[in-house]
Amino acid sequence: MAVIEQPDDKIESSLAAWWRHFRYVVSENPVTLFAFCLFGMFVFLAFFGPWIVPFDPLASDTSSALQPPSWKHWFGTDNLGRDVFSRVIVATRLDFMIAFSAVALSFVIGSVLGCLSGYYGGWTDRIVGRSVDTIMAFPLFVLAMGIVAALGNTVENIVYATAIINLPFYTRVARAEVNIRRQAGFVDAAKLAGNSDARLLTFHLYPNILPPMMVQVSLNLGWAILNAAGLSFIGLGVRPPSPEWGIMVAEGATFIVSGQWWLALFPGAALMLAVFCFNLLGDGLRDLIDPQRRT
Amino acid sequence: MTDTSDIPLLAIKDLTVEFKTRSGVVEALHEVGFEVHKREMVGVVGESGSGKSVTAYTVMGILDRAGRATGGSANFGGFEMIGARERDLRELRGREASMIFQSPRTALNPIRKVGAQIEDVLLQHTQVHHRDVKQKAIDLLAQVRILRPEQRYHAYPYELSGGMCQRVMIAIALACEPALLIADEPTTGLDVTTQKATMDIVRDLTSARNMAAILITHDLGLAARYCQRIVVMQSGEVVESAPTDVLFSDPQHPYTKKLIQATPRPDSRLEDLSDVAKDDERVSAATASTELEVEGEAPPLLEVRGLVKEYPLHETAERRRVMDRILRPNLTPSPSVFRAVDAIDFVVGSGESVGLVGESGCGKSTTSSMVTRLLDPTEGTILFDGEDIGAIPARKFARHPLRAAIQMVFQDPTESLNPRFSAFDAIAEPLRRLGAPMDRTSLAHTIEELATMVGLPTELLTRFPHQLSGGQKARVGIARAIALRPKLLILDEPTSALDVSVQAVVLLLLDRLRRELGMTYIFVSHDLNVVRLLCDRVIVMNEGRIVETGKASELLTNPKEDYTRALVEAIPHFGQSEGMPTLEGSVA
Amino acid sequence: MNRFAMIGQRMTQAIPSIIGIIIVTFLLTRALPGDPAVYFAGPAADEQSIAEVRAALGLDKSLPEQFWLYLGDLVRGDLGVSISTGRPVIEELATRLPASLELTLVALIFAIGTALPLGILAATRPNTWIDHLCRVVVTAGVSLPVFFTGLFFVYIFYYIADLAPSPLGRIDIYFIAPDHVTGFFLIDSLIAGDFETFRAAFAQIILPAVSMGVFVLAPLARMTRASMLQALGSDYIRTAQASGLSRSKVLFAYAFRNALLPILTTLGMVFSFMLGANVLVEKVFAWPGIGSYAVNALIVSDFAAVQGFVLSMAILFVVINLAIDVLYTIVDPRIGMEG
Repeated sequence: MAVIEQPDDKIESSLAAWWRHFRYVVSENPVTLFAFCLFGMFVFLAFFGPWIVPFDPLASDTSSALQPPSWKHWFGTDNLGRDVFSRVIVATRLDFMIAFSAVALSFVIGSVLGCLSGYYGGWTDRIVGRSVDTIMAFPLFVLAMGIVAALGNTVENIVYATAIINLPFYTRVARAEVNIRRQAGFVDAAKLAGNSDARLLTFHLYPNILPPMMVQVSLNLGWAILNAAGLSFIGLGVRPPSPEWGIMVAEGATFIVSGQWWLALFPGAALMLAVFCFNLLGDGLRDLIDPQRRT
Repeated sequence: MTDTSDIPLLAIKDLTVEFKTRSGVVEALHEVGFEVHKREMVGVVGESGSGKSVTAYTVMGILDRAGRATGGSANFGGFEMIGARERDLRELRGREASMIFQSPRTALNPIRKVGAQIEDVLLQHTQVHHRDVKQKAIDLLAQVRILRPEQRYHAYPYELSGGMCQRVMIAIALACEPALLIADEPTTGLDVTTQKATMDIVRDLTSARNMAAILITHDLGLAARYCQRIVVMQSGEVVESAPTDVLFSDPQHPYTKKLIQATPRPDSRLEDLSDVAKDDERVSAATASTELEVEGEAPPLLEVRGLVKEYPLHETAERRRVMDRILRPNLTPSPSVFRAVDAIDFVVGSGESVGLVGESGCGKSTTSSMVTRLLDPTEGTILFDGEDIGAIPARKFARHPLRAAIQMVFQDPTESLNPRFSAFDAIAEPLRRLGAPMDRTSLAHTIEELATMVGLPTELLTRFPHQLSGGQKARVGIARAIALRPKLLILDEPTSALDVSVQAVVLLLLDRLRRELGMTYIFVSHDLNVVRLLCDRVIVMNEGRIVETGKASELLTNPKEDYTRALVEAIPHFGQSEGMPTLEGSVA
Repeated sequence: MNRFAMIGQRMTQAIPSIIGIIIVTFLLTRALPGDPAVYFAGPAADEQSIAEVRAALGLDKSLPEQFWLYLGDLVRGDLGVSISTGRPVIEELATRLPASLELTLVALIFAIGTALPLGILAATRPNTWIDHLCRVVVTAGVSLPVFFTGLFFVYIFYYIADLAPSPLGRIDIYFIAPDHVTGFFLIDSLIAGDFETFRAAFAQIILPAVSMGVFVLAPLARMTRASMLQALGSDYIRTAQASGLSRSKVLFAYAFRNALLPILTTLGMVFSFMLGANVLVEKVFAWPGIGSYAVNALIVSDFAAVQGFVLSMAILFVVINLAIDVLYTIVDPRIGMEG
């Protein structure tokens, strides 16, 4: 079968239209632009963080322990004299890695399961639905605790646990989006054009459900980071002395009642900013995809 | 005689409305003006986007936030509606002027009993004492001819049919005996017989109460049957306003003429529509009259025998049945299936054009889906060119050699096009999957040829569905369907989502293509007037069965079955003098 | 139509969830890397106690037999013995549950009391300052890690402003806990007529409850706004307006009651968040609930306690969801009626 490329001008025109739409949404809501910039900064820090920080995040120096923020130590130092600024920056990579791999896992598995159960219905749908319901029958953070406790206290298991508790969202979104389009005229038309079920799902339905899925991804990333940090806050997953936002807040918590606020504030603020960024991004993506559905 | 005092009940003058949109301010209405007198029903007619609903919403003061009246006036019994305080308008709405809407199911509060919704209006405008309000609500339900009103009083909207819901809407609107009723497309989405019943109630109740009414509709026939005067609107302006008989016998404005011509009547022929179409279609339409008459004796292309489709009534009912079978094997299973199509037989000759007609839920779409092999029949055979294609599962048929021979044009041109595929890709899709292998340039050439054939400008091929108009999308859908030169083309209400003038063009196009490509058509539709323009033979379905089959012209003029007769009579159209004098007649 | 039958039917629909929960918790214990008996016996166990645990759990038997034993234990309410305290896990959970429930309910009341008015106001006045405020609160609220909010409430209201008592437990050490009636200090102190104790208990609970409430306020306010907007934009509102119904009637009898349905659905998710956040908040405020019990158990690898905690939280969640479903059935007449 001959492979036919799209004429170039067509790609350009659709790209141009998309760009125009993007500019419109951004100009309507500058917060979205801010979120994109913030996201860029975090990604930059995740990649290059270890090379740009002023201090070794693990090197302790008891002579300068518990110093408040100063020109030398922007975010102060902790009880072992480690530079909080360097630790906060370096932690970006670990936190983002956990969140991204967990979300990627649940996105891939969830969208496949959701598509199949939405498209075929019947027993596939019942089995997938029942499994997802079982996950959702737990308070999700509690389930994650149980999984990490059972599988062992490691970073990989944090990723698996976060992936499992995120799975229902993707499965449900994919299932719902496929389900509403399953009866659509263009799906029947694609069948008439000789597409097999697999082709139909991959090339006709999947691209159409991708936008709502991407919104879900963005909103979920923030939640995944919160979960991972929450787990390490109660002592699961990441072990000290690795710099990680949740664990740093937990370590700083003991000093807050004696007034050393900077130990917990800065990692906590970084965590908050990251989650805030993903949430704004999710809203922005939603606007990009469908300006009518703004909430 | 009617009270024809010179002061109109409602006088709209120079009404201008603007909408704020993404691309700036758009003028939705431009100096619209017309009058409504006591005891008359005025039809406001126009195609989508003509501003007929906006006019009504502006007068009632329920325009959404984006819209704003920038000029003009609407004087209702001495009260200026435009720019009036919300509190005053609220007093007036429901009591002096009320409205009914299209899609009655969604227009009622889904989780409130219909009786309570009627009472809300009565109590709001303190029409009755608390003690009597329930009886009054039940009386109103009885007046709109709802059977067993005491029981229906307790019903929720989802428990009632669409026609019933519209009756409840009418009861709400007439509860406080207003002087004016505005009906905004009140029967869109309802079947013709329900439409007639609903409109008869509106006509009888308004005339019995000496009310004035405005009927907003896209259907000239409907307006002709029920209105004394008709106002024609086009893109936010009133183009013509005249008494009904004058408007049809002597239309002045070219747009009115075009609209009248484009509306199919029981006696109109395809070439009557030709003036509506632009040059490209006109040439071919001229040859339509010299069409070869294909008789039923042509060799059969499609033969359907004992076709049945059953659905489980409800998923939980189905599950319960399975459980019953396991737990109580001696129990006779309760009938838990619904027969959408109940053992039908019909034959379609090669080159023939057959109409499949019926109201919603009659099984015509299910039948066409099975013939198209998108749906597996429960029982029966579908012989296509002698081969039993009904035995091939729908899932496998996608790669069957006969797939290319049976294609379909869908009802809604918008949702039948993949929003992520350009027009080019949409048309190319069947060629790439099922066509003979061809290189890039010859494919592009073929697609341009197809586009020209369906009258789609080739420069539009790069566009995506949302960048095309309704008529253009319909053409893309048709080009895609004929790309593989199918022997059998199923048309599933191909024009029901289109305005009448576009419908006329598409009908002409479909007729020309059939003759040029020698295709066989099955035309599925609820509209007998449209079907007879394109079809030699008509099959009428009701409740999953075939009621009557016959030549289109005979079936329409001389139906044998009662059901067909009711169907034919319910279709509103102009050119018959029936509906016009009813008001005076019934009041006397 | 029979509401009770419908509610009964809802109840039976919870059974698969409970079966699922039991299977998952069972599998989790058997998924332990290495020998589960070693885990359950605890790090200080010797050969003999490990062997005892193995026999008790039936780890030498086949998986179905083990599951059967597990089921039997559950039916008898036996969740094992905590190795750190030596008491049965179920007893410990039962004594600590009221503390967690009280905290969760106060947080929920705070969240609903703030989120619903905010969402309704934002929906009725789109693109005004209140709408923007709603948007900011909503996005900021979900972004705040609940343990972080808690810590900084402590820093501001205890360390700097000295308005709040020290963040240790349910009641200040100078007070004696009220007589046990419901286990909820706020209610028990009122029953005893002891307003001083009530004040003290309230002062203790306000910070943890608000930090938890802020976290779930966001999804609630967001859903309220969205569903109110959708309800206000629907056809039946237009009908109500066209019949001249008063503004309050349109807003509450027509729009809000319909908007309530998606809000109720969200409430399930909100509880899921809250029960998770419970663990974190209880750790920050040294709240003697089942969450802090689980955290302590995690630290000392007290496996039976963690397992018991997960199971009881899940059962609690199922019960809550059931209650929400029943509420939904009451609000929406359409549920289960199309059959």
